[in-house]
Amino acid sequence: MTDLSLDANGCPSGLAPPGGSDASDPGAFVRKVGKQSRLSLTVRGAKCGGCLSRIEGVVAALPGVESARLNLSNGKLDIAWSGNLEPRRISEAVSGLGYGVAPLDTATEDDGHKKEEQSLLLAMGVAGFATANIMLLSVSVWGGHGEMGEATRQGLHALSGVIALPTLIYSGRPFFKSAWNVLKKRRTNMDVPISLALILAFSVSVTETLRGGEHAYFDAACMLLFFLLIGRFLDARVRRRAWSAARDLAALASRTVTRIGADGSPRSVRAEEIRPGDRILLAPGERAVVDMVIEGGESEVDESLVTGESLPRWTGAGMKLMAGSINLSQPLTGQATAAAADSLLAEISQMLTAGEQKRSTYRQIADKAVSLYVPLVHSTALLTFLGWWLVGGMGLREAILIAVSTLIITCPCALALAAPVVQVVAAGRLFKGGAYLKSGDALERIAACDHVIFDKTGTLTLGTPRLISADVPASLLAEAAQLARASRHPLSRALTVAAGPGPLAKDVKERPGLGLEGEVNGAPCRLGSAEWTGAKAAGHVGATLFFARGNEAPVELRFEDDIQSGAAGMLAQLSAMGMTMEIVSGDRTEAVAEVARTLGIDQWTAAASPQAKVARLEALQAAGRKVLMVGDGLNDAGALALAHASAAPGGALDVSQSAADAVYSGGLAPLPGLVKTARLAKAVMLQNFGFAAAYNLVAVPIAVLGHATPLVAAIAMSGSSIIVCLNALRINLNTEKTG
Amino acid sequence: MSGLIFLIPIALVMGAMGLVGFLWAVRSEQFDDPDGAAARILISPDEPLPERKSE
Repeated sequence: MTDLSLDANGCPSGLAPPGGSDASDPGAFVRKVGKQSRLSLTVRGAKCGGCLSRIEGVVAALPGVESARLNLSNGKLDIAWSGNLEPRRISEAVSGLGYGVAPLDTATEDDGHKKEEQSLLLAMGVAGFATANIMLLSVSVWGGHGEMGEATRQGLHALSGVIALPTLIYSGRPFFKSAWNVLKKRRTNMDVPISLALILAFSVSVTETLRGGEHAYFDAACMLLFFLLIGRFLDARVRRRAWSAARDLAALASRTVTRIGADGSPRSVRAEEIRPGDRILLAPGERAVVDMVIEGGESEVDESLVTGESLPRWTGAGMKLMAGSINLSQPLTGQATAAAADSLLAEISQMLTAGEQKRSTYRQIADKAVSLYVPLVHSTALLTFLGWWLVGGMGLREAILIAVSTLIITCPCALALAAPVVQVVAAGRLFKGGAYLKSGDALERIAACDHVIFDKTGTLTLGTPRLISADVPASLLAEAAQLARASRHPLSRALTVAAGPGPLAKDVKERPGLGLEGEVNGAPCRLGSAEWTGAKAAGHVGATLFFARGNEAPVELRFEDDIQSGAAGMLAQLSAMGMTMEIVSGDRTEAVAEVARTLGIDQWTAAASPQAKVARLEALQAAGRKVLMVGDGLNDAGALALAHASAAPGGALDVSQSAADAVYSGGLAPLPGLVKTARLAKAVMLQNFGFAAAYNLVAVPIAVLGHATPLVAAIAMSGSSIIVCLNALRINLNTEKTG
Repeated sequence: MSGLIFLIPIALVMGAMGLVGFLWAVRSEQFDDPDGAAARILISPDEPLPERKSE
């Protein structure tokens, strides 16, 4: 009960906020390998070398631990130990340092994504090697033009072909496979023209080499592969990051539950194993994972993430408790009324699915560009061939050579790099600013938004109350804090924060729903509601506590849910960008009105149910507005999934984080940067596509007229790709202006 | 020109060595935790200085 976790400070660099103190028992996830026990945990909030050495140090110091290794890139902590160390102690040690921690189910590991990324990287390496070496030979052919003997040239071409063939087979597989798969379904995609160009370029070069011709396109084919694989690899990496972020959130949701067995002994099991009717023990500080009905004990529960209500609610036998609520003061026992999968309010999960389906119909700019590109390029190449052969009176071989060079030169290196490079650069920049993206197309959707809907509790406000009574003497505050340190109630926490560190009173007892009593400096004292201390309730709209010392008159302490620091500045920045704003909250009318007035937001709705939030969104979207939803609660999850784009703070409930496109931490400050970077990224992406189109406008006529020699193709392709990449890096350049 | 007969194979073999090194690095998961590798190099636990041997 004395664990205040205020000293748990998380990442020392301040890059991430301290994580949750509600470590659950990972016992059900331990794997036995011989005599060794192994466990994988996902750690949230570890960002720097300091975190790495602290976490590994504290875990390695536990008895019997043989190895502890944290992967800083994906937050996975692998521990191996022998002997009978309780797994709970490991997660407690890590969460005690201020990091969020959850067991990781190794069965759901991202092997598929990891293999795909690795094989693309290998393919890219091979293509890079081949490109460099063939270029070495090609440059000497181009340099020796007119002087080099035919036999030497043929020999160099043959050598190039010998290098190119295995490269094409090995590195070209991702494209050939994907092209073959869509062709079987009688559809087409970007990989069809790519595969066609690669195969044609290679076979034309082979015949040219065999008959001792002047031009061979082995270098062009390999360079094409290399550039395309860079784009493919970056794309796979963005998708894997997004996927593993979602996986981490799912892991945090896959908590364990303490089930009370038939013999009355508690045992930690996975949340999925809970069936309706199971008896559950909910310890103080623990979050309910399934809906339950309380059978024994009484306590106060924090339901702010479920309903948006900022003050805790008293709960006792016979009352319902929703998944997502946190038990604050006393242990509770109860009976599960639903399995974990059905536990989140059924309506909310339905809304999530409905919203996500709507969103999946969004088409990325890149897809639109490709669907324009493919038929255009193929018909151009075909017309070129037919034109030269039938009208121009050229031989079949020369006509094919020109058509193939058209296909090669229009092959979409710049197009393939245009979007992925921008996404990688923008995501990296946002990550430094404290926001991470959950999907690649999130940038485009955020950029299009023109209206923001905020939730209040935990989003615009801190979600935790702060003492505002300024006239209370410090000595009295210190005495009240001696009682308050024994409680997890948010008002007690706020009082403790205001009073600073100090001792704990003797014999403190907590009465859920009423308050605390104990002995302070020899006098019996009470801290709690007006009823508990015998005071008259005053007219303050916000939360109040009363402190009574012995028989003296109770003193009133007033609290308020503070607005996030910098919220006003953030709103001003957003409205300067042409965004309109609105608050839709589930909290009481007075509380919402107060926040709206302080921040100068005219449009607000209070006491909104999750359905009302969704209805408001639908009305706005029907009116043609593109809405950015910012919220943290379970009651926002439906709206987050439905909105055109959405963002959730790092402290939000797991469901809300997985429903959102972007997750930000460190107050509201990253939000304007998120919108600005998204808009900049979209502009740069459009520029890149514009550039790719302009490049084709210049290159196609050259190729169609038959002037695209291998040298011209090499310069044009690499030049356009480099320009697209450099343009994307511009996002990082004007940090001062937008950060 | 006859120099090419051994110079080109030498160049190719050297390139191939680099490629093999890269393939080995990817396969042995050297690129798995770039952030961790960057941080780990700076971690040096406090240890007592080794005693100086007096001659």
